[in-house]
Amino acid sequence: MTVAFDPAEKFRSYARPERLVSTGWLAAHLDVAGLVVVETDEDVLLYETGHIPGAVKIDWHTELNDPVERDYVDGTGFAELMRAKGIKRDDTVVIYGDKSNWWAAYALWVFSLFGHEDVRLLDGGRAKWEADGRPYSTEHPNIEPSDYPVVERDDSKIRAYKAEVLAHIGNPLIDVRSPEEFSGERTTAPAYPEEGALRAGHIPTAQNVPWARAAADDGTFKSTAELDAIYRAGAGLEDGDSIIAYCRIGERSSHTWFVLTHLLGFADVRNYDGSWTEWGSAVRVPIVIGPEPGEAPRS
Amino acid sequence: MEQRDRLQLLLEYANELPALPERYREDPTLLERVEECQSPVFIFVDVDDVSRVHVFATAPAEAPTTRGFASILVQGLDGLSTSEVLATPGDFPQTLGLTALVSPLRIRGMTAMLARIKRQVRERIAG
Repeated sequence: MTVAFDPAEKFRSYARPERLVSTGWLAAHLDVAGLVVVETDEDVLLYETGHIPGAVKIDWHTELNDPVERDYVDGTGFAELMRAKGIKRDDTVVIYGDKSNWWAAYALWVFSLFGHEDVRLLDGGRAKWEADGRPYSTEHPNIEPSDYPVVERDDSKIRAYKAEVLAHIGNPLIDVRSPEEFSGERTTAPAYPEEGALRAGHIPTAQNVPWARAAADDGTFKSTAELDAIYRAGAGLEDGDSIIAYCRIGERSSHTWFVLTHLLGFADVRNYDGSWTEWGSAVRVPIVIGPEPGEAPRS
Repeated sequence: MEQRDRLQLLLEYANELPALPERYREDPTLLERVEECQSPVFIFVDVDDVSRVHVFATAPAEAPTTRGFASILVQGLDGLSTSEVLATPGDFPQTLGLTALVSPLRIRGMTAMLARIKRQVRERIAG
């Protein structure tokens, strides 16, 4: 059984209000059976400095990725991870983290690849929890291993591979990187030079909508009206569109995937996790440089 | 050592990173940004009259991993001779048993810090 939804007024205008919880709601529900709080950060040690009482840590890099191949863990690996974290298949999972939930959204997207039904984000993540003056704990929670079943990952609906992106050029494509990366002035995100690519620029016809535009100053998601102005009026997305989002390794675009899918209600949104670190180093794929989306190559 | 113990040790290092001396706090332009790190980390190397190396670093509290890396280098290198610092293997960060724990990608930030410290030592000797 899943835990009741947060009835907060702010969430009601979103397509899937049940995908978000507020800090106040979470503080009041920490002891509810069937609710597991998960922290996922960019910094692998941040959880150890203090976390929401009872929260377990999942590291996107060392736990959600396959240690050898560039891929996510498989069904067995995910089941083992969930068992070790004490998460059951029908648990309500609330994920939060640093940097406006950038990595938390990535973890949520990976949970979604395995069809975990009730997985939510804490609106505002760590920053909001702290700004509200709520407490942290440094105690590691006592985890009772679960019996999470092995469920095979389904990449067909919300994940896009390079070949699919190639075929998708000319259709709605959202590049969520910084304008400098989009235009080709740099191959890496500011301050992330270790995740480079051999060529700079963007996938032809992609619209540049930096991911952080969806977040307000306090790290929470912007209102439906503000998001509509950015993605519908601004980027021209329309209901019924098939949309692919990408960034550098698929984490920032997970944040955008969450916004488009759960807040604005687009039914067909895929995250291209290969993203620029794959596309920008691949042989013979089309690239556009400059600030404009550019034209699809003639076939 | 258990993985959790290693992380705890890295956190202790992070907490031990000394605050910048007053003279460097007042002149942030002296400090060199380590671009390879995801979080803003700045380092500065000083070589004293008897050729001993002093390493200073600063990184934000919300980046404890980066602070831990910087602290290991500060505590390990501070007070060594210039030749001892320059003889430190460039792959020292990969030998700490942290790579699998924090991921190779994150360890690269520490490797870059060490490379910049050694380069600054060379510049101080030449300068």
